[in-house]
Amino acid sequence: MTDVLSAPLVVEFPFTRSLGPVQSAFLTGLRERTVLGVRTEDGTVLVPPVEYDPVTANEIRDLVEVAPTGTVTTWAWNPSPRRDQPLDTPFAWVLVRLDGAGTALLHALDAPGPDAVHTGMRVRIRWAATRTGAITDIACFEPYEGEPGNSEPAPHTGEFADPVTGIVAPARLDYVHTPGRAQSAYLAALEGHRTVGERCPACRKVYVPPRGACPTCGVATAEQVEVGPRGTVTTFCIVNIKAKNLDIEVPYVYAHIALDGADLALHGRIAGIPYDQVRMGLRVEPVWAEGTRHPDHYRPTGEPDADYDTYKELV
Amino acid sequence: MRDVAIVAFAQSAHRRRTDELSEVDLLMPVLHEVLGATGLKANEIGFTCSGSADYLAGRAFSFTMALDGVGAHPPISESHVEMDGAWALYEAWVKIMTGEADTALVYSYGKSSPGRVRDVLTRQLDPYYLAPLWPDSVALAALQAQALIDAGDTDEAALAEIAARNRTAAVDNPYAQLTGDVPSGDHLVHPLRTGDCPPIGDGAAAVILAAGDTARALCERPAWIRGIDHRIEAHGLGVRDLTDSPSARLAAQHAGAFERPVDTAELHAPFTSQEVVLRKALGLGDDVRVNPSGGALAANPIMAAGLIRLGEAAARIHRGASDRALAHATSGPCLQQNLVAVLEGESAHA
Repeated sequence: MTDVLSAPLVVEFPFTRSLGPVQSAFLTGLRERTVLGVRTEDGTVLVPPVEYDPVTANEIRDLVEVAPTGTVTTWAWNPSPRRDQPLDTPFAWVLVRLDGAGTALLHALDAPGPDAVHTGMRVRIRWAATRTGAITDIACFEPYEGEPGNSEPAPHTGEFADPVTGIVAPARLDYVHTPGRAQSAYLAALEGHRTVGERCPACRKVYVPPRGACPTCGVATAEQVEVGPRGTVTTFCIVNIKAKNLDIEVPYVYAHIALDGADLALHGRIAGIPYDQVRMGLRVEPVWAEGTRHPDHYRPTGEPDADYDTYKELV
Repeated sequence: MRDVAIVAFAQSAHRRRTDELSEVDLLMPVLHEVLGATGLKANEIGFTCSGSADYLAGRAFSFTMALDGVGAHPPISESHVEMDGAWALYEAWVKIMTGEADTALVYSYGKSSPGRVRDVLTRQLDPYYLAPLWPDSVALAALQAQALIDAGDTDEAALAEIAARNRTAAVDNPYAQLTGDVPSGDHLVHPLRTGDCPPIGDGAAAVILAAGDTARALCERPAWIRGIDHRIEAHGLGVRDLTDSPSARLAAQHAGAFERPVDTAELHAPFTSQEVVLRKALGLGDDVRVNPSGGALAANPIMAAGLIRLGEAAARIHRGASDRALAHATSGPCLQQNLVAVLEGESAHA
């Protein structure tokens, strides 16, 4: 068995989301150190507030202001904070019912240790120094011994200058990717500028790149078959728009190429020929750039074009 | 109403890592085993439905590549849910109920080993108020556990007993990942210790559904789905009573679970504290055998662990070890969404 390859894989993206009117008022309020809730149809004050009643699903817009102090309804001590969590020293996760609210908000509580935390303890918001209109405008909660806030929430219009209408929530996940046996073997062969596919034991088709299974027969492919290096253009398109971060002059041709011996076309760029002379049936061969694992592009071999019948099943 | 049964079940051995296997490599032997048990060929299956999540392994559209293992060309009637396979089974059951298919192949797989699953699962949370805080799956389960302790429903010693009972049962389960005498360990997130948490691992499972006489022809003792339902609760954790599961209770009621006692229950409770909630919500007494497979505390391939509960319950009916079983699957933080099915062997009605 070929050694299995592995490589770090980072999936990172900013989630850009627009806010409904209630969420907008709540997050803008946090920026202004004001905590808003919304009253449901049965009179419960939801903090954090939502756009629709969790029971009736009706739109709810009756905003009220609640206190920045509250009571822990449950907690969990986190001895090893993970990346991007609210505090980088050990802390308690808490659900806090703010004074005047009927429901609880999830956040972090800065406390010296689990012995200093209990359900029913009084806490208050510690505001972040820099606030942008996000749940992280609450830096965390901290223990609070003072007077409780008004249990009767005050009506609020939800109107602020320069309201926040959207959030950008960055997300990053780290993986160690292993492509499995078939793709590991394929990638290892590419290092030696060879293209190796796998043959289905049932229908005898050769798949390039191999994915470990024959999608027609649903059985494992294991017999390795070297294909190419030459192949036939089965179909192509002319790219007229420059892709971001891609240093290739347009127009250029991107094609499906059936390597000799393969029963599945792979795709690649065609160069070494004017773009308007590329055609179905054109015979091509790979051009390897220095130090890369994949052909940079394919160029014409100069052979006569392939007969349509020889590749029509692969179009 | 058509009678629909689970007629075959197969699962992989669940392991911490399967670096040498791609998703389709992991899945294919399970598909072959479940088809082999019925003698059906892939092209004789009326409908195929799968459940998985690309975020687990960080591999976009992995389910389309997993489909290679089915042999889906020429094109088959097929669907996918980005959920546990138990919900794929629900979709397949509906498809058969409509009369559009007589048989269905349902499969699911999860490869958690490439990523950090505690972080990955934060991405399923409310993106406005929760996800920016990255509250990991263990932390959220721990908040629920503390609420149960505060309510007097359990304590750390009782939770440790739940872990021990499940993992002792799993000694007889050759597919399980974590079995036997497992130390309670340190607090991972207080009050949950490592022993209260499920193992992280890779695995796959598949079942075949069939209707009426087709089911009887394919299986000596089909596990008839007498009822199946799923319900969800509000997404705000602070809106819910975390010590109860009204959604599980309602799903069970709609599935007919309370009409007659069950002898067995397979509960999808990845954390010990969640078994406490489910036993209470589902009214399971000490006379009900809970998780003879070891449950999700013994093997928790995410996206497959719920389908495995249905499969394990059905397999017990197939071999005559149960006449009427409840199978449960969950999704989301702190048992947010719950599916309950009631399965019966034929003699229970004879």
